[in-house]
Amino acid sequence: MNSEIVVSVCMGTGGIAAGGDMVMQAFEKEFEEAGVSNAIVKEHTRLHKVGCRGFCARDVLVDISVGGIISTYQYIQADMVNRLVKDHCIGKRPVTEWMVGDDYHNFHDSQTKIVLHDLGKIDPESIDEYIRVDGYKAAEKALTTLSPAEVIDTVKRSGLRGRGGGGFPTGVKWGFCAANESDQYYIICNADEGDPGAFMDRSVVEGNPHAVLEGMIIGAYAIGASIGYVYIRAEYPLAVERLHMAIKDANERGFLGKNLFGSDFNLKIKVKLGAGAFVCGEETALIASIEGERGMPRAKPPFPANKGLWSKPTIINNVETLANLPHILNKGAEWFAAIGSEKSKGTKVIALTGKIRNTGLIEIPMGMPLKDIIFDIGGGIEGDKLFKAVQTGGPSGGCIPQQHIDLPVHYEGLASVGSMMGSGGMVVLDETDCMVNISKFFLEFTQSESCGKCVPCRLGTKRLLEILTRITEGEGKEGDIELLQELAEDVRDSSLCGLGMSAPNPVLSTIKYFRHEYEAHIKQKKCPAKVCSKLLTFFIREDMCVGCGMCVRACSVNAITGEKKQPHKINNTLCIQCGSCFDACKFSAVLKE
Amino acid sequence: MLNLNIDGKDVAVASGTTVLEALRLAGLEVPTLCHDERLKPFGACRLCIVEIAGMPKPVTSCTTPATDGMVVKTNSERLYRLRKTTVELLLSDHPNDCMVCGSSGDCTLQELAYLYGIRENRFLGEVREHSRTDHNPFIIRDQNKCVMCGLCVRVCDEVQGVGAIGFSERGFEAKVIPPFGHDLDCEFCGQCVSVCPTGALAGSLWAGKPRSGGVVKTDTTCTYCGCGCNITLSSHGDKVIRIDSVADNHNRGWLCVKGRFGYEFINSNERLTTPLIRKKKGGEFEKATWDEALSFVAEKLSAIKEKHGADSVAGLCSARCTNEENYLFQKLFRVGFGTNNIDHCARY
Repeated sequence: MNSEIVVSVCMGTGGIAAGGDMVMQAFEKEFEEAGVSNAIVKEHTRLHKVGCRGFCARDVLVDISVGGIISTYQYIQADMVNRLVKDHCIGKRPVTEWMVGDDYHNFHDSQTKIVLHDLGKIDPESIDEYIRVDGYKAAEKALTTLSPAEVIDTVKRSGLRGRGGGGFPTGVKWGFCAANESDQYYIICNADEGDPGAFMDRSVVEGNPHAVLEGMIIGAYAIGASIGYVYIRAEYPLAVERLHMAIKDANERGFLGKNLFGSDFNLKIKVKLGAGAFVCGEETALIASIEGERGMPRAKPPFPANKGLWSKPTIINNVETLANLPHILNKGAEWFAAIGSEKSKGTKVIALTGKIRNTGLIEIPMGMPLKDIIFDIGGGIEGDKLFKAVQTGGPSGGCIPQQHIDLPVHYEGLASVGSMMGSGGMVVLDETDCMVNISKFFLEFTQSESCGKCVPCRLGTKRLLEILTRITEGEGKEGDIELLQELAEDVRDSSLCGLGMSAPNPVLSTIKYFRHEYEAHIKQKKCPAKVCSKLLTFFIREDMCVGCGMCVRACSVNAITGEKKQPHKINNTLCIQCGSCFDACKFSAVLKE
Repeated sequence: MLNLNIDGKDVAVASGTTVLEALRLAGLEVPTLCHDERLKPFGACRLCIVEIAGMPKPVTSCTTPATDGMVVKTNSERLYRLRKTTVELLLSDHPNDCMVCGSSGDCTLQELAYLYGIRENRFLGEVREHSRTDHNPFIIRDQNKCVMCGLCVRVCDEVQGVGAIGFSERGFEAKVIPPFGHDLDCEFCGQCVSVCPTGALAGSLWAGKPRSGGVVKTDTTCTYCGCGCNITLSSHGDKVIRIDSVADNHNRGWLCVKGRFGYEFINSNERLTTPLIRKKKGGEFEKATWDEALSFVAEKLSAIKEKHGADSVAGLCSARCTNEENYLFQKLFRVGFGTNNIDHCARY
C-alpha cells in the first residue's frame, strides 16, 4: 500500500500574500511534533511548495495526498493546519468542510492548460521535479535531432504567435533573425510585465521557471544565439529568486553553459533587472535598458531581429511564448495548431481580475467566448451585480460592453471591437464602475509611464487626462467628447511606439460604447454609476438614521449635525463629497445621488 | 539606386537614404523640430510624418529608410491635422512669451505656430514650471521652453562626446537635466545652445542684447586656433553681441567654448589695439605703429645675433596661428636667424 503523505502548499506570490509561508511553517512544525510518536509521518511525509495554481481567490490552497488520493483545501490558514495533520494526514479522515467544492473544479475543468499545466503541481525550486514532468526533453530533442531550420519550421507550422501583445508569428520572427549574417545573435526573454492587473508572466516564472529557460534554449538554438538575457522586473523578487535558482541548477546539470546535451551549442543566460518603467516592455526600449541607456523606444525599422541588442540580430520573446515551446517540440506542431482558432493557435493565459467572483490565473483555448470566461470560469459578477464591461489588454486595450459578450477571445476578435489581446489582462467591471473614471484611471497610468520622447504621447495623453479629469469633476464642457475623440485619434496615429499608439484605446472604446455616461457627466453633471464624488450629493434619510453619530465623527469638514438619537443632516454647502459618511454609516441611511 | 515617387515626383536616391533626405532631394519639404542632418535621426517630434502606400499609419520620414518603388505623400488633410495637433500640443505647454524671448525670430516652434496659424489652442492645461536657476557662467537653461527634441542631449553625446546632459523623469515631468539636476558643469562648448530650436537654451552673453533690429551679421574666421572655424559675428553699433556658425561650412557649424563665447575681449577697454614699445629701461610702454614695432624687433634681434651668435635667440610660436604661419615662423628662425631654437606652446 502507498502510504506516502504529500502536502503541497501554494507558494506563488498570491499564496504567500494569503499566508502560504505561515501555512508551510505550520505544517513543518506539526509534522515534526507528530513525527516523534508516529513513524509513518516521520518516514513518509513530503511537504513541498508549488507555484500559482490559478484560483488565487481561494488561497491558501493546499493539496493533501494520502495513499495517492488527493484532496484540495481552500482558504487554509496556519491555525487550521493542526487539524489537517491530525485528522487527514494521520487519522485518514479528510476535513470535508474545508475542501474545495464543485465551483473549484468547474473553474479548472473549462480551461485548457499548456503553459499552466505544471504550475501548482511541481516545486518550482526543484529541477528534478521539472525533469520528472519531461522537463528539458524538448530542448534535448531539438538540439540532438533537429537542425535550427527544422526547429524554426516546427514553430512556424504550430502557428504560435507572440503572447506579449503584438501577436506576431514567432517562427516567422525567428526566420527573419536567423537570415542575418552576424558573428553574434541574442535571445531575450521579456518578463517586464507591467500592465495594472496582469500577473501571467510573474506566475509562470514563479511557478515554472525551468519551462521558460527551456523555451529560451530552443529559441537560442533556432537562431544561433549563444547569449540570452531575461529582462525581468525588480518588483518581482520571488520570480527573480527562483529564476536565479533555476539558472544555477540548469548550469550545474549541463542544460545551460557549454556543449548542451553533448552538442557543440553553447548558451549563457544572464538576468537583467528592470527598474519599473512600463515602457521598457517595448522591445527597443528594453534593448536600450539592457545596454545601460535610458529606456526610450526608437523607431523601427531596423527591427531588433535585424539590428537589436548591441546592434546584433536579436529575438525578444515573451515569457508565455517561450513557455509554450517545450510543449510544441514535445507534442508536435500539429497538436498545437489543432488548439484554438484559425488564425490564433493554442491557448492564452489570462489574469482575470476586477469585479468577478473567481479572480485568478486561467488558460483558455484561443477563441473561447468572453461570456464563458466571465460567467463559467469566472463564476460571474461578485455580489450579484450587473456585468457592465470588461477591459482587456491592460491600459493599452479597450472596454468591451455587454453587447459583445459572445465575442471570441483571440487576437482578431478583440481587435475587431477596438480592444486588444495585449499580454492577457482582463479586468471585469460591473454596474458600480464609472466608465469615464475607468478611462481616466488608465490614462493616469499611461501618462505617468510615457517616456516623454514623442510629443503626442507625452503631451497628448496629458491633455486627454486633463479633459477626462474635468469631466469627472463636473467641469466638462460641450464639445469635450468630440475633442477627446479627435485628440485620441491623433495620439493613436502619430505616436512613436506601442505605448502611445494604444494609450487612447480606453478613451475611444468607452466613448464608443458608453457615450451616454460621458454625456450624463457633461450635460446633467451626474455620474450614473455614482462614482465621481464631485458630481454626487450626499444626504441622510431621516427614517433610516438612528442618530448614532458615526457619520459626524467620520466627517472631516464638520458638515453633519444632529442631536444624539435624532436624525442627522448634511450641510451640502460644507460637504466636500469625500464619501466618508457613506462608508461609516452602518444603517444605510446615507445616500448619494 | 532606389526609385521613389514622392508627391507625384519621381526621384532616384542612393541606398541608405532616408525618406526625409529623399523628399528634400526632390525639392520638397516637411516640417521638423527634432531633426538635424548632422545628428542621428531621433523620430521624436512626429512633424516629419508622411504617408507611404501600403503602410497603415503615417511614419516619420527622418527614421524611415527609402526603399525601391516607395510611393510617398508628404501632404494630406490627415497629415496636416496630425502635425497641427502636435504643434498645438507643444504650444499648450509653452510660456508663449515670444515678446521677451531671446530666440524670437530664430525659433522653430514660433515659426510652426505661425505656419499653422495657431491663435486659439484646444488643449490649454497645466504648464511645466521648472526652476530657472542654473549658476553656470555661459548657458541659460529655461526648461519651460524645452520641447524635448533631444538635440542638445544628442549633440553633447554624438558630436562632443561629453554626455553632460540627459533625459530624466517620465510622462509630463520628463525633462533634460545635468546629472542629479545640479548646475551645468561641462566644457561649455555651447553646441547645445546652437542646436536648440527654441529659447530653452541661450547664451548668457547675448541675453537682453538686440535680437534683429540693427544687428549686422559678418562672416569671418575664428582666430583662436589653427582650425580656422567659420563664424558669423552679430554686431550692433560697434559692439560684437553674439557669435554663431552656420551648419554648411567646413566646421559644420560646430564651435568650441572660446570660439562661441570668448569674444568679450573684442570690445574690452584692456585690449591692446596697437603695438607698444618701452623705449627707455624702466620707462613706460608707448604706442607705436606696426612698422616701428617690427623694425625695432628686427634691429634688436639682429644686434643680439651679431653679438652673441645665432643660438642666443629662440622662438616660441602659438597654437592660435595657422599651420602656414607656424611654418613660416620656424623658417624665419631656422633660415633667417640660423638657429634650431624653435618651439610651440602646444608642447606645454
